[in-house]
Amino acid sequence: MKRGSFWSWLWVAIGGLYFFLPLLSTFDFSLRAKKGILTFVAYENIFKDPQFWSTIRFSLVIALFTVFFSILLVVPTVYWIRLRLPQLRMLVEFISMLSYVIPAIVLVFGLIRVFSGSPFYLTNSYFGTYVLLVAAYVVLTLPFSFRAIDTGMSAIDVRSLTEAAQSLGAGWGTILFRVIFPNLKVAILSSVFLTLATVIGEYTMASFIIGLKSFGPYMSLVGQNKTYESSSITIISFLMTWALMMVIQLFNRTKANNGTHSGGR
Amino acid sequence: MAFIELSNLSKVYGTTTVVENVNLSAEKGEFISFLGPSGCGKTTTLRMVAGFELPNTGNIVLDGTDITNLSPRDRNIGMVFQSYALFPNMTIGQNIGFGLQTRKLSKTEIKEKVAEMLALVHLESHIDKYPYQLSGGQQQRIALARALAINPAVLLLDEPLSALDAKIRVELRLEIRRIQQTMGITTIYVTHDQEEAMLLSDRVMVMSQGHVEQIGSPSMIYNHPATEFVAQFVGQLNLLPVSAVDLDAATCTVAEQTVHFETAAGREPGESPRLAIRPEELHIGLPATDEEVNVLRGEIASVLFLGAIVRLRVRVNDVFITADIFNERDLTFPRTGDEIVLNFSKHACWLI
Amino acid sequence: MLNNDKSTNTTTNGDARNVRPHHSFFSDWIGVAPFFIFTLFFIVLPSVGLVSRAFQDNAGNFTLQNFANLFTREILSSYWISIRISFTTAVAGGLLGFLMAYAITVGKLPAGGRSVILTFSGVASNFAGVPLAFAFVATMGRTGMITVLLKNVFHINIYNMGFNLYSFLGLSLTYTFFQFPLMILVITPALDGLKTDWREAAENLGASQGTYLRKVMLPILTPSILGGMILLFGNSFGAYATAYSLTGGFLNLITIMVGAQIKGDVLYNPGLGYALAVGMVIVMLIMMIFYYLLRQRSERWLRK
Repeated sequence: MKRGSFWSWLWVAIGGLYFFLPLLSTFDFSLRAKKGILTFVAYENIFKDPQFWSTIRFSLVIALFTVFFSILLVVPTVYWIRLRLPQLRMLVEFISMLSYVIPAIVLVFGLIRVFSGSPFYLTNSYFGTYVLLVAAYVVLTLPFSFRAIDTGMSAIDVRSLTEAAQSLGAGWGTILFRVIFPNLKVAILSSVFLTLATVIGEYTMASFIIGLKSFGPYMSLVGQNKTYESSSITIISFLMTWALMMVIQLFNRTKANNGTHSGGR
Repeated sequence: MAFIELSNLSKVYGTTTVVENVNLSAEKGEFISFLGPSGCGKTTTLRMVAGFELPNTGNIVLDGTDITNLSPRDRNIGMVFQSYALFPNMTIGQNIGFGLQTRKLSKTEIKEKVAEMLALVHLESHIDKYPYQLSGGQQQRIALARALAINPAVLLLDEPLSALDAKIRVELRLEIRRIQQTMGITTIYVTHDQEEAMLLSDRVMVMSQGHVEQIGSPSMIYNHPATEFVAQFVGQLNLLPVSAVDLDAATCTVAEQTVHFETAAGREPGESPRLAIRPEELHIGLPATDEEVNVLRGEIASVLFLGAIVRLRVRVNDVFITADIFNERDLTFPRTGDEIVLNFSKHACWLI
Repeated sequence: MLNNDKSTNTTTNGDARNVRPHHSFFSDWIGVAPFFIFTLFFIVLPSVGLVSRAFQDNAGNFTLQNFANLFTREILSSYWISIRISFTTAVAGGLLGFLMAYAITVGKLPAGGRSVILTFSGVASNFAGVPLAFAFVATMGRTGMITVLLKNVFHINIYNMGFNLYSFLGLSLTYTFFQFPLMILVITPALDGLKTDWREAAENLGASQGTYLRKVMLPILTPSILGGMILLFGNSFGAYATAYSLTGGFLNLITIMVGAQIKGDVLYNPGLGYALAVGMVIVMLIMMIFYYLLRQRSERWLRK
């Protein structure tokens, strides 16, 4: 028992060091913008940079659109295959998992080649590139949004809920928006915040489709030009990821506490 | 000297006493059931015998050796789990042979023993299958074979049938009894199902809230329950409010009608006594004149048809009594609202 | 009598029609149509686009030459280094992740430890790309904290000893940062799925702790561990942002090659570029088939 505990602590300690040392080093480095003293000037420089705010706003808006469209796409689809078309389940799951198989760099390659010419020309306008980026992110996050929603829906008996609502005279809109969505709140919210965490600092797709307008490529630019600011922006980005993960944790905890009466409001 | 003896066993988790002062001695070859509702401490007691829990006080002696603090792997006690607990990565043969392998038996010995055990549970053809390929009932038989393969001194079964369908359950409990009697192995069986306990056991130990309520043969437990808990937990029981109790004359008033009851040593009624009587002891109609027989007149409140028996709810001056009568093919069903006369022997009822 | 029957019949039919909504082919498919249209455009079309172009020469005729051209030293070595890095970090990260997950499930750590570690794993497995590269530069770069610490306190100059953050080892260390937390997240449910009954049954049958580990626990977990490692492999095989920000193309990973080909035709052969990308998908497909087989096995075992 004692021995098991020792090894447990050892592995956790190694993992902890692996996790914290880079963050500690980065934080330490971010404070050394002036010789001899510790200063937050590297953070000030980032926060004073209008491009920081414009890129983060841009990426946030893109992320929100991604969230919106992926929910709109995934929830009705999962609902439908559970209710009416269980034979399509394997196919939909397979398609959703495809972005595990197709690396982001390959997907963006294909997207750019297909949408840089007729009949579906998207890269010739700003709006077109935004559409392309949001679509790319929906695909990128499809595996886990599908998983989350599917798990959430398996926890509630959608068929009985639907039939109960139908027997009480509800139409499809009412069923979806007043019965199904509210009961999936936790599943949807976890998938939302995971999507945000993935999309906001995303680099690969953003750099090829949109470039410097978005936050990922902006971070990369900071790294090329400014030494200390690359560390401060790393810490900022880390804190954002951490905050989003804490929110997910919070939802899951609330769910565990009052899992018996979900829905309500 | 009994074959296995539990003395003053207690188990405490934090501030809750889960098992309190359990004493039991069993003879070699005896089949004993621990019966009680969930949380009564029956499983914890079993796990102390198996060695998965250490008692806070008391000790366990098996065949003259104190095994209280012995590691489970050195006890030579076989155990069957509710979830079967077959190793999913091993074939049926490997599962049954596992305990023999840890005992470093030779390959041929293991092979022989595995074959023998499979024959015992009638699953010879499944030796190379994996547990997931078997039904629940088959898996539990394999688990039984695995536990018996090591020639254990005692066999423990922890609610082995409660995960199974009703039909398989009935089939398998007879199988368990058959195997137990063929091998003559001392067995402790934990269950919350009184029918199972009655049917299988030589003796039943009824537990409630961590302590033993009664130990005795099934008929003893049923016909002469030692406590109110046992009387209520085992079988159906009417508990009727009484007034004007006269202990010397052994009479009381139930629903404004005088009733004679039986008194016995160790059966003193409590503070607010009630008359206890089993539903099957009540009969319809007037008895052949006999002063030992009580008569209650009332009206039928409801009739439940349960197959072999018909359960009547009878209202006697605002007191409800349940009476079971046997079904017959040409039985005229009493109807709700009918007047009815019930009679029962004074030996059938007692005060609690 | 006849009349009566007829009227009952009509009523039943009418009722059935009212209660049961009529399912036509069209109404069945309308619910999933958006999904299939979307994925057709943004997954199928780009994939088919790449694959079909990979089988075309410059004039648009069918050819296998592009795939034959993959077998040059430069391209094979970039596949090879990507595979080696993915393999190394999948095994190293997989082991560390497994041991930590073991510690927080089966090993006896205080109850709070589990949720803390799972939260941090969620953060770390999502903290990849540009900032991760910066963090490792600050840690193990030439002037990184660990590098300096080792030099000043222990008088070990790792850069003189041949270490380089922009090398195979450096990139592996960096990737492991997001690999082991992912393993923790992937393997913890499998460890939770180990029934205490199995341990007790083994103990009851006379098995020591070691025997239980060797004969029961590890065999049960092996498919999940291997499956987890395959996921890690894919996770690192497709990683572009971290590698690009860290090495800026210094290390010839396959993702870096594809990236360069997107920006401009650095191979001077568009068809070869497409074949390069399709090759990556083929590697991933092979991995996913293994993953699928392993998952099937462990699910079959663990089914009730």
